Amino acid sequence: MYNAKYIAPGILIFLALFTLPFWYNFGAPKYERPALALPVTKTDCIEPRDVMAATHMQLLDTWRDMALRQGKRVYVSSGDKEWTISLQNTCMTCHVNKAEFCDKCHNSNSVSPYCWDCHVEPRGNK
Amino acid sequence: MFVSLLAVIGLGGIGWLIAPYAPYLFGVILPLAAILVFLSGVVWRIKNWGNSPVPFRIPTTGGQQRSLDWIKPARLDSPFSRAATAWRMLLEVLLFRSLFRNTKAEFKDGSRLVYWSSKWLWLFALVFHYCFLTIAVRHLRFFTEPVPFGVGLLETLDGLMQIGVPRFYMTDALIVAALLFLLCRRLFDQKIRYISLPGDYFPLFLLLLLVGSGICMRYLGKADIASVKAFTMGLATFAPISPAGLPSIFFIHLLSVTTLLMYFPFSKLMHMGGVFLSPTRNQPNNSRAVRHENPWNPPKKYHTYAEYEDDFRDLMDEAGLPLEITPEQAAAAAAKE
Ligand code: HEC
Ligand code: HEC
Ligand code: HEC
Repeated sequence: MYNAKYIAPGILIFLALFTLPFWYNFGAPKYERPALALPVTKTDCIEPRDVMAATHMQLLDTWRDMALRQGKRVYVSSGDKEWTISLQNTCMTCHVNKAEFCDKCHNSNSVSPYCWDCHVEPRGNK
Repeated sequence: MFVSLLAVIGLGGIGWLIAPYAPYLFGVILPLAAILVFLSGVVWRIKNWGNSPVPFRIPTTGGQQRSLDWIKPARLDSPFSRAATAWRMLLEVLLFRSLFRNTKAEFKDGSRLVYWSSKWLWLFALVFHYCFLTIAVRHLRFFTEPVPFGVGLLETLDGLMQIGVPRFYMTDALIVAALLFLLCRRLFDQKIRYISLPGDYFPLFLLLLLVGSGICMRYLGKADIASVKAFTMGLATFAPISPAGLPSIFFIHLLSVTTLLMYFPFSKLMHMGGVFLSPTRNQPNNSRAVRHENPWNPPKKYHTYAEYEDDFRDLMDEAGLPLEITPEQAAAAAAKE
């Protein structure tokens, strides 16, 4: 190979960069889904669990729009149950342990909702 | 163009209809194989280029080369030293300087040929590449635990406008715009359309499928990110778990990445490595000062005049030619030894 003294390091850098995730996780313990602290007294969320896991942020967005733009403060779920629209008073009364629930899952997936800049976190955290 | 379009639509169809029924094949085996193909393919291509000799010094230049002291040289556009060449290379790779010089020929008023400097290609190419980089780095959140600080920072910057929930990323819109521009350029400019081949359209359509399915998954047909991460971490730690149960849109996304990785080393996309190895860019323009040796020249066999005289001394003496060493002198020297 010509110019091997330039090309060989180049190839090594390429390989190192593009396999970075493998190195980064090398020797780390096996990844486990974060164990969430689910509400103990309640059994159902607003929508079925898999729907919530995937779309709770869109639900919150809908709630915000319903409450603040349309003035509707009641949400009727797919299971025909009525819920008062409120981030703090509905979600967080069941999910009292924000740190072990919302935050744990968000941290693991590198999500940082800015909602709590204004909204009050449940006291259950402290 | 239609071939490529059909191929990509077919890929999307496979991802949508077939892949969810063979999750282990499409989710684990093919992606891991694709990574292997990608890495070894790129290395193989680069080695191949490295094995090709460069017979001439052929940098493309765009300025005055180094000459007399009082003539101002264009250090970047006609680099003389190694450092200047490295600078030029760096700016080429990071800012696409040569695209910045792109000109466009067009007929004006029917008959008048005008050339004008066209920056659009440069602009959208730059936008595309940097968006792609940002998005690729952002995806590290799926492959690392804990997620490095920089990834979160990049997400914050990308979502700085705080539009919507989940937060809207600027790069998502920009990359689609850039890809559409690059596609339309091929479709609507007659001259470029004429020279465009399936290999030019396919990557564009494939990237549109890739980016489109990703955007869908984030903003529209939500996938459960936590389950996705459990699956991707399985890949990154070589402890794969089946992605069964994830939505079809995720399989479309995954299959397009798989295809991209496998296609990459054998396509024009190899310009990622090629730009570093292009002889018109990576050589200094110093052929007047430094002799460029063609590496494939056979080793030279020299036959000096002294050796020539040794071969023919007696004959030359007979013919009365002047000699450096006469036969008598040669004989005396031989006797002395
Ligand atoms: C700039 C401060 C601010 C931020 C940031 C913010 N909110 Fe709000 N939010 C408000 C205010 C003010 C109201 C009005 C409260 C009312 O009228 O009851 C509200 C109301 C709401 C409501 C409906 C009423 C209620 O009591 O919950 C929802 C749902 C909501 N916000 C969700 C969100 C979500 C989700 C986020 C993060 C993505 C968020 N908000 C971020 C200020 C903020
Ligand atoms: C009545 C109490 C209650 C309320 C109110 C409630 N949740 Fe839940 N939530 C639950 C329970 C119980 C579960 C576990 C469901 C299960 O195991 O099937 C759950 C599950 C979830 C999950 C899925 C967790 C996982 O394991 O993937 C998310 C996300 C979630 N809730 C978010 C919210 C949000 C956001 C709100 C407000 C819009 C909310 N919840 C309101 C009780 C509640
Ligand atoms: C099972 C994991 C999980 C749990 C539990 C969870 N979230 Fe989320 N949440 C996510 C993921 C993943 C995203 C990012 C979605 C994406 O990137 O498309 C997200 C996004 C959000 C967003 C939008 C953030 C943005 O700006 O993009 C809000 C708001 C939010 N979650 C609120 C909550 C609240 C409030 C709770 C607790 C009641 C909660 N989440 C619990 C996984 C979870």
